[in-house]
Amino acid sequence: MTPELGQLALILALLLALAQSILPLLGAWRGNRALMAVARPAASGQAVFVALAFAILVWAFLHFDFSVQYVADNSNLQLPWYYRIAAVWGAHEGSMLLWVLILNVWTVALALFSRQLPDVFVSRVLSVLGIISVGFLCFILFTSNPFGRLLPMPADGADLNPVLQDPGMTFHPPVLYMGYVGFSVAFAFSIAALLGGSMEQAWVRWARPWTNAAWGFLSCGIVAGSWWAYAELGWGGWWFWDPVENASFMPWLVGVALIHAQAVTEKRGSLRAWTILLSLFAFSLSLLGTFLVRSGILTSVHAFASDPRRGTYILCFLAFVVGGSLLLYALRAPKVAGGRAFALVSRESAILIGNLMFTVAAAMVLLGTLFPLLGDALNLGKISVGPPYFGLLFPLLMLPVVLLLPFGPYLRWGKSDVPVLKQVLARAGIAAAACAILAAFFVQGQLKAIAGVACAAWVGVGVVLYIVKRAREMPRGRRYPAEMAGMLLAHFGVAIFLIGVLLSESLSVTRDVRMSPGQVAAVGGYEFRFDGVTQTTGPNWEAEQGVVTVTRNGAPVAVMHPQKRTYTHEQIQTESAVDPGITRDLYVALGEPMDANHIEGAWALRLYTKPFIRWIWGGGLFMMLGGFVSAADRRFRVKRDAEATQTITTPAQESRA
Amino acid sequence: MSRLLPFFAFLLLATLLGFGIWWNSSHDPTAVPSPLINKPAPAFALPKLDDPAQIVSKDSMLGKPYLVNVFASWCFACGQEHPVLMAESKQLGVAVIGYDYKDEAADAKAWLAQHGNPYDMVIADPSGHTAIDFGVYGAPETFLIDGKGVIRYKRIGPLTPDVIAQQLKPAIDALQKEAP
Amino acid sequence: MGKALRAWVLLMLIAIAGVAMAQAIDPLPFRDHGEELRFQHLTSELRCLVCQDENLADSNADFARDLRHKVFELMQQGKSDAQIKQYLVDRYSDFVLYDPPVNTRTWLLWFGPLLILIAGGCVVGYTIRKRSRADTVAAPTDNGDDW
Repeated sequence: MTPELGQLALILALLLALAQSILPLLGAWRGNRALMAVARPAASGQAVFVALAFAILVWAFLHFDFSVQYVADNSNLQLPWYYRIAAVWGAHEGSMLLWVLILNVWTVALALFSRQLPDVFVSRVLSVLGIISVGFLCFILFTSNPFGRLLPMPADGADLNPVLQDPGMTFHPPVLYMGYVGFSVAFAFSIAALLGGSMEQAWVRWARPWTNAAWGFLSCGIVAGSWWAYAELGWGGWWFWDPVENASFMPWLVGVALIHAQAVTEKRGSLRAWTILLSLFAFSLSLLGTFLVRSGILTSVHAFASDPRRGTYILCFLAFVVGGSLLLYALRAPKVAGGRAFALVSRESAILIGNLMFTVAAAMVLLGTLFPLLGDALNLGKISVGPPYFGLLFPLLMLPVVLLLPFGPYLRWGKSDVPVLKQVLARAGIAAAACAILAAFFVQGQLKAIAGVACAAWVGVGVVLYIVKRAREMPRGRRYPAEMAGMLLAHFGVAIFLIGVLLSESLSVTRDVRMSPGQVAAVGGYEFRFDGVTQTTGPNWEAEQGVVTVTRNGAPVAVMHPQKRTYTHEQIQTESAVDPGITRDLYVALGEPMDANHIEGAWALRLYTKPFIRWIWGGGLFMMLGGFVSAADRRFRVKRDAEATQTITTPAQESRA
Repeated sequence: MSRLLPFFAFLLLATLLGFGIWWNSSHDPTAVPSPLINKPAPAFALPKLDDPAQIVSKDSMLGKPYLVNVFASWCFACGQEHPVLMAESKQLGVAVIGYDYKDEAADAKAWLAQHGNPYDMVIADPSGHTAIDFGVYGAPETFLIDGKGVIRYKRIGPLTPDVIAQQLKPAIDALQKEAP
Repeated sequence: MGKALRAWVLLMLIAIAGVAMAQAIDPLPFRDHGEELRFQHLTSELRCLVCQDENLADSNADFARDLRHKVFELMQQGKSDAQIKQYLVDRYSDFVLYDPPVNTRTWLLWFGPLLILIAGGCVVGYTIRKRSRADTVAAPTDNGDDW
């Protein structure tokens, strides 16, 4: 009976979402306060019912209700409870429900924290979010019902894909969706601003914390996904330029551009149309990602089972939302370039160039991802586009950004002093050169590694110099407003990330070896001794577990236990052993016994040393932190009265300027 | 006008995505068209399954068109294809050569004994090395090779009555019209 | 698409999924570390045809193993990377290359981003020019707080 309640809850949520999308919009149009007042209660009510449906699905998993098809397909009696919860979003139907739940979380948060904004504006924003919710609730109810019954009820279920039975996977989808869906808020703000005309100039300021927070979540989600691929897929790689990865990366790139463009628009009134367009792009790309992952039109390691019906539905919805919003943009976007003038050497120019590079990078990723499809469409034959393509073009496009980065904080709005910039150029340049020379002694002439150290020093020193400058020049308490601190953190994250990527890519050592117990292999300055294989068991798997003792110049470093697991339903899954470290990871994966009948004999193993690879995720986490810290700036949380007066005065000032 | 540009770009994108849905529902996404069509088949020399001492080579097959059907006892889809071959192989008008791909000879013999043998001759490639020259990447696959030793048609995946009637038969007929 | 074919595809995918996540660990007798590096690099740029989206180096599919061994064999025969790639392209088409060759068919792929960059660069350049001339730009008056 309970699963039907879940479905009923979803239907009620859909009705409330319909009310939320239509009535407040009508109210805002006709100036009817009663209709506008529907927005908040409808949003809260919808959230309650969606949460209820979600809770019912969780409950079904926890209580092994295999009469629910989705539960039977994705869990079994042996699966531990924490993975049964993660199994809720382990496949298509449940992950869509999570998508809608998170959309509701954002909507309710917005409804709560938007009391200081004009009612007309909030009504429109909540309506737009309601429309998106209607689309996805219909999608769930009509094509992807997670509460479908399986009768007669089987005694036991199938299994959650073993690849998903990993802590990284419990964490990765919710956080990633927080990012994806979070861009819907900036999207809704933009639509509301387009609908409202030039009245709400201040909308960009209101949208900024939401954009920054969403981007922070997206960064975190991508980091978690990358970490999961590294640890769980067992290939030791951290990014594969797979279509599904690209689908999450494109909104991230556009998000970076959007965050900066919003700063220009808010502070200087320039680039208004562009900021709106970027908000539309960021969320459109999130929707596109959903489409790519679930339609199965691209071949990917991560794709869900493909179903043309679902693909068609999402495409229609995509066409409605994205096509509609771009049409609205064409009709209503501000026609005259507003805002204050700026010189060639100014922060606006630098941000514009950065925006250009990030947008082109996103377009490049889109082109590369969809090109195989284009090849089919234009009859060019089947073509693969992979890491060599992206790995060549992406760094080229990002190079100007890295070169501009240290100047960012020093550049002034409007027009900058050139001498200050020359000083930065000299100092960061000297630091980069010095670090490059120093690094050259350690990396045996690996140009990529030297470039990595130089770029990181260039960016890092630039950021640190600015931190010192602020500390010297500003009185305590006014040195680092949250918005600036966030920027500095995120930029510093870029430096850390650069070290991680370029050093680990160039200095990693991989070896596939055949080892008998007692045998030693030397990899990257470490000695790996294979001490044989034993049997071990877990809650829902049995495994052959290798013991590898690692020493360096005879001194013990780590004892590692790579496993080859066999899950309840005979799926085989390699569990690599990782010994993490700040300057290097040691990584061991267990292959096959050379003789299947003698597991006590020789085995095939893959041994890696991966210098500085952790810095990749460290850099990503700094960027995430930057997004969150910026979002927390008090400037974005001004009291209602102050905000109200500003709302009226800002446009006037802008037009005079 | 420039404000409409993003909208038109999106229309193009949406068209491409719509095409993708259509294409994927009508094509096998894993099939990779072979570049060997209308090129000479690779030279091969493989033993017969039932008499490993006898070697069949490309040269020994020249003169008449023949069909090479890649199968294996471990291949599930081959089991689905098998009844079709049993029913139709004799009516094709060309010799049908079974190509036992990456298989144990004993397994293959048992499999043929159980399900019947539709082939005029079976050759074995236990290592799969020669198959790489043919561009084989799975089973079942089927090649039509003409009397001059040129690959004229390739089917990736199982032959079905429809495929035979609509693709393979016309290809064979065309070959026989060419023949003097 | 016929029913049988669809079943075949499905089964193939299942079969692949079953093995895909196990390790592709394949010790080969390299002559030296340089050759091993060359092999790792080469196989990482070749696509495993039967997998979802994996390179030869990472794939544990049986067929990927065969191709890896073929690549190794060709390397032992002294073939260059370009020759080995050509060998596979002749048999399996450009689809095996993750690094698509620059030709008329991939022209848009390789130069499309450049075209977008140039077009975008023109717009940015035009905007900066216009905005820096539109008004006499005020000299920096920031007190450091308006950063």
